[in-house]
Amino acid sequence: MTIQSDAAPTPHIPERIRTALGLSPSGPHYAFYRHKGLVRAAHWINALCLAILFMSGLNIFNAHTALYWGNSSIFAHPILVLGTYYNDDGAVTRGVTTIFGHEFTTTGLFGASNEDGVLTGRGFPSWATLPGPNWLAMARQWHFAFAWLLVFNAVVFFIYGIWSRHFARDLAPTAKDLTHLPREIADHARLKFPHGEKARHYNALQKLAYCFVIFILGPLIVLTGLTMSPTMDSAFPLLEIFGGRQSARTIHFLCAFGFFGFFLVHVAMVILSGSWNNLRSMITGWYVIRGRKPS
Amino acid sequence: MTDRRGFLGRAVAGASTLLLGGCYDLSQKPWFTNALGKVEDLTHAAQNLIAGPQALAPEFTKADIAPVFRANGTLDPGTPEYAGHVGSGFKNWRITVTGLVAHPLSLSLDDLRRLPARTQITRHDCVEGWSCIGEWTGPQLSRILAAAAPKPEARYAVFYCADPMTAEGDPSHNYYESMDLSEAMHPQTILAYQMNGAPLTVPHGAPVRLRAERQLGYKQPKYVQRIDLVADYSAIQGGKGGYWEDLGYTWYGGI
Repeated sequence: MTIQSDAAPTPHIPERIRTALGLSPSGPHYAFYRHKGLVRAAHWINALCLAILFMSGLNIFNAHTALYWGNSSIFAHPILVLGTYYNDDGAVTRGVTTIFGHEFTTTGLFGASNEDGVLTGRGFPSWATLPGPNWLAMARQWHFAFAWLLVFNAVVFFIYGIWSRHFARDLAPTAKDLTHLPREIADHARLKFPHGEKARHYNALQKLAYCFVIFILGPLIVLTGLTMSPTMDSAFPLLEIFGGRQSARTIHFLCAFGFFGFFLVHVAMVILSGSWNNLRSMITGWYVIRGRKPS
Repeated sequence: MTDRRGFLGRAVAGASTLLLGGCYDLSQKPWFTNALGKVEDLTHAAQNLIAGPQALAPEFTKADIAPVFRANGTLDPGTPEYAGHVGSGFKNWRITVTGLVAHPLSLSLDDLRRLPARTQITRHDCVEGWSCIGEWTGPQLSRILAAAAPKPEARYAVFYCADPMTAEGDPSHNYYESMDLSEAMHPQTILAYQMNGAPLTVPHGAPVRLRAERQLGYKQPKYVQRIDLVADYSAIQGGKGGYWEDLGYTWYGGI
C-alpha cells in the first residue's frame, strides 16, 4: 500500500473497499483530508435544500406563469410568460415561451407538457416540479420548510467559515489567483484540470464561482424571497431596493436559475475532474493525489 | 470510467424519481403535513417578532395604481339575494358584529360611511404570485371592534361572506376567513367600501371587502356580511379557519 497521508493517518480500510473506492490504483499516491466534517454536512444539506427549493419553486411559479418588473403585475407587459394555446374544444395544442414579446414554441417542456399521458397546460413540466401535480398550497409549505433549513444551514456555515478562517484561507481569491485567471479559463475550456499539489487548493475559477454563489446569489435569493412576503415588507421597507415585489419575484426566479446553472457546471466539473475522488472527498473528507508526496 | 459515469447517471435518475415520488407520498402523510404545520407556526412567530403588531405595509402614490387590477376568486356571488342587493344599491346590506362581544352591532353602508375613513394606496399580493396596487377607503376595523367591545376570551375575528363556494349554493359553505385580533386591529385593516375612488364593483367584493394589507389576498374576504368574534374556529366549516385553509393553504397568510 503506497497511500500516505499528511493531515491525519489514512484510516485502515480493507483492500476490496479501497479498490472499489479507487483508493489503490497503481503507482504511488497519497491522500489528504480535504473537507472538514462541518463543510461536508453543510454541503449535502445545502444540496438537498436547493433541489427541493428549486423544484417546489417551479411548482409555485406554475400558479402564475409570468414575470413582471415593478410593484404591480402589469399584465399587458410581462417580461416572461409560459403560455398555452387551446383549440375550440378546449384541448391543449401548443406550449409557448414568450420573452419580452418574442414567442417561441416550447411544447412538451414549457407552457404545455404531458401529465399522465395527456398534453396539459402548465408552466414547468410535472417531472420538474415538487409535488408533481400543480399543488400550490403544498409546494409553498415544502418551499418555506426547506427555506428555513437552508437559512439555518447557511448561518452555521457562515459562522464556521469566518471563525475557522475557511473563507479567508480557502475561498477568498488572492491577487495571484487573479493573475492566473486567463490561463485557467483556457485550461478549463480544454478540460485540463489541476493535478498533484495544485489540486490541494481551489483554483481561481473555483474560488470565484463559490464566492459568487455563497456571497451574492445566496443572500440575494433569500432577500428577494422575503421581499415577496407582505408582512416582511411592513417590517423592512428597505427591501423595496429590489424595485418592488414583482421585480423581487423576477430576481428570485433568475437567482434560482443561476443556482441551477451553477449546479450543472458544478456536477460537470466534478465528473470531468475525477468523479469518485471528488465525491469521496465530499463524503469522507479524503482526497487522493496521484504521485509521491513532495518531501 | 464510462461504466462509472453510466452508473452515476442512473443513480441520479433513480434518486430523482425516488425524491419526486417520495415527496408526493410524503405530502399525503399526516405526520409530515403536521410537521409542515409546525413550520407555519415558526414562520408566523418569526414574522410577528420581526414586524410587530403595528408596522405598516408600504403605501404608494396615485401614479402607482395598477392600470388593471385583477379580480380573483368569486367574481359575482350569483345568488338571488345578492342580485336583489345589487338591484337596490345595497341599501339593505348589513354587516353584523356578533359572538364574543359586549355590544353586538348591525351596521348599514351609511353607518360605515359615517365613520372616519382611512384611504390607503397599497399593494395587493395574491398567493399565486401576482400583485396589483389600488386605493382603498373605509373605516378601520379596530374602530368597529372597539365599539362592539370584544370580551377577553375573544381571540379571532371570523368573516362570513355572501359568496357560496359550492355548486349547490348552500349558504353554510359560503366563503369565510379568520384572523387573530392583533391583525384585525392593525391600523391598515379596514372595511373598504371604495376602490380607486369609486364604490366597490361586484367583482371586487361589493359592497364591502376586508383589506388587511400585511396579508395575502385570500385573507381579505369580499362580500363581507358578518364578523363573528370567537375563541376558537375549529368547529367552523372544515375547521382550518378559512375557505382556502380548508383546502390546504396555510392559515398564516403573511408570506
